[in-house]
Amino acid sequence: MQRYAPLAVAALLALVPFLGLSSYLMHIFILVIMWAIIGMAWNLLGGFTGLVSFGHAAFFGLGAYCAAIVYHHFAWSGWWGLPLSVVVVALFSLVMGFVVLRLRGPYFNLSTLAIGEVLRVTAQNLDKLTQGDLGILLSQRTWTEKQNYYWVVLLLALGTYYAVKALVGSRRGYYFVAIREDQDAAESLGINTTLNKTISLTVSGVLTGIAGAFYFNYMGYIDPKVVFDLPGISILAIMIVMVGGAATLTGPLVGSVIMVLLAEWVRSIPKLGAAHMSVFGVLLILMIIFLPNGLVGDFGKIRKLFRRKEAA
Amino acid sequence: MSALLEVRGVSRFFGGLAALSDVSFSLEQGEILGLIGPNGAGKTTMFNCVNGFYPPSRGEVFFKGERISGLKPYQICQRGMARTFQVVRPLQRMSTLDNVVASAFLRAKSRHAAVEKAEEILKFTNLWEVRDMLSKGLPLGLRKRLEIARALATEPELLLLDEACAGLNPSELDESIAIIRRIKERGITIMIIEHHMKVIMSISDRIVVLNYGQKLAEGTPEQISRNPQVIEAYLGEGE
Repeated sequence: MQRYAPLAVAALLALVPFLGLSSYLMHIFILVIMWAIIGMAWNLLGGFTGLVSFGHAAFFGLGAYCAAIVYHHFAWSGWWGLPLSVVVVALFSLVMGFVVLRLRGPYFNLSTLAIGEVLRVTAQNLDKLTQGDLGILLSQRTWTEKQNYYWVVLLLALGTYYAVKALVGSRRGYYFVAIREDQDAAESLGINTTLNKTISLTVSGVLTGIAGAFYFNYMGYIDPKVVFDLPGISILAIMIVMVGGAATLTGPLVGSVIMVLLAEWVRSIPKLGAAHMSVFGVLLILMIIFLPNGLVGDFGKIRKLFRRKEAA
Repeated sequence: MSALLEVRGVSRFFGGLAALSDVSFSLEQGEILGLIGPNGAGKTTMFNCVNGFYPPSRGEVFFKGERISGLKPYQICQRGMARTFQVVRPLQRMSTLDNVVASAFLRAKSRHAAVEKAEEILKFTNLWEVRDMLSKGLPLGLRKRLEIARALATEPELLLLDEACAGLNPSELDESIAIIRRIKERGITIMIIEHHMKVIMSISDRIVVLNYGQKLAEGTPEQISRNPQVIEAYLGEGE
């Protein structure tokens, strides 16, 4: 039963376009699912392997620019960006890992932050390749209706879910968690920590890059400030996992529903809307104090709280 | 017959401090070697040099005839050497069973085989009852034993035990000694650091004494307990 639950949920979700929802609501659905992919990818590295990245925008932006550049320079379909981003982001992750995986703790965190920012500045200045701050516009999107994009992103999310699940349930999953809990102990138990950290980083990066390539095809426009954004991409990915529950399979899914809806809602509030990042900041602090394992991770704690209220 | 482990003239410097200077000794297959010495004598540093956490500044370490100094800890572990830590380092947010499974994967081909191996080890080390507990919730005595279980799951030929008995109460102590003896019966060679004299004297076949990073003495427990230099190092000079 449990094994087929994700498939059943995906099948139900696949029917959503037949509900005749407004274009705006379909847009929200697509965003939620895209962010679920990024959340699951971040969670593999940050939640399971304990390598908290502040720079996932690097992978997202790189994936998005793969799609944009094949379209802009070679006049190919932007969808070629998806397979291309796998190759490019994988190579990038390997090089990045060679440098940053030597660092531990806060030094690793800061280096990922720096890499995200370095890529943004690079994209802003490589005018010939990226058109800088002008951005790249897709003159004609593949579909005018939202439903096809929705099915594509849903399929990508399902693939991501099973990829993460398979990895976490295997020998690698044990190694990742062992590295998170104590890298030296893991190393002395025969685990090649450098290799396993590199695998985690690369898979996490590639999955995020695919989401980025999808983003370009869906939105039809990107510029460096959007796709390499620190608060808008890197931090939001962390928020989604922290709110949903780090190192859980379903946490990022729950987190992305909450964060995307919350972002849309807060932005619509007059005056407060502009400060939505501040609202997120406060939320993150509250989460860390009261539900450090996220909604899914601390589900037992939440249930107990409600039970007690009912009894009283 | 060649030695299982051979330490040849190993020195290790931290800045200007010589934590180990020119220490040599060897370990024969199947024996228990005790490594003792006052605090700061370099015992744990010796373990770190042997298991690959630090490369020796000078000298070499051979394991099964192969030079292993300079290899990484995981490579040395793959060659058949496992260790425990003085300050216990369980994988905290993992159950006791998963802790052992994670290291059993080193030799196991499948998840099923790893779990089977881990279960056998947990029974062997009397941790079967607490297999589902998160390891951070275990009392110290059991965590110390989990360290041993985890190391055993990698199927070592040589086991380095760093104060595996420190801080245990008398009944836990007896249990741990019994387990160490049973490990020896399995044919696993052991090098053990221990402050508890009763333990070290009763289980060691041979003892190496370190003091200020140098080898002070080497011999059977009998010889060591009568060695005047060792007594002086431990109790201070007589008036």
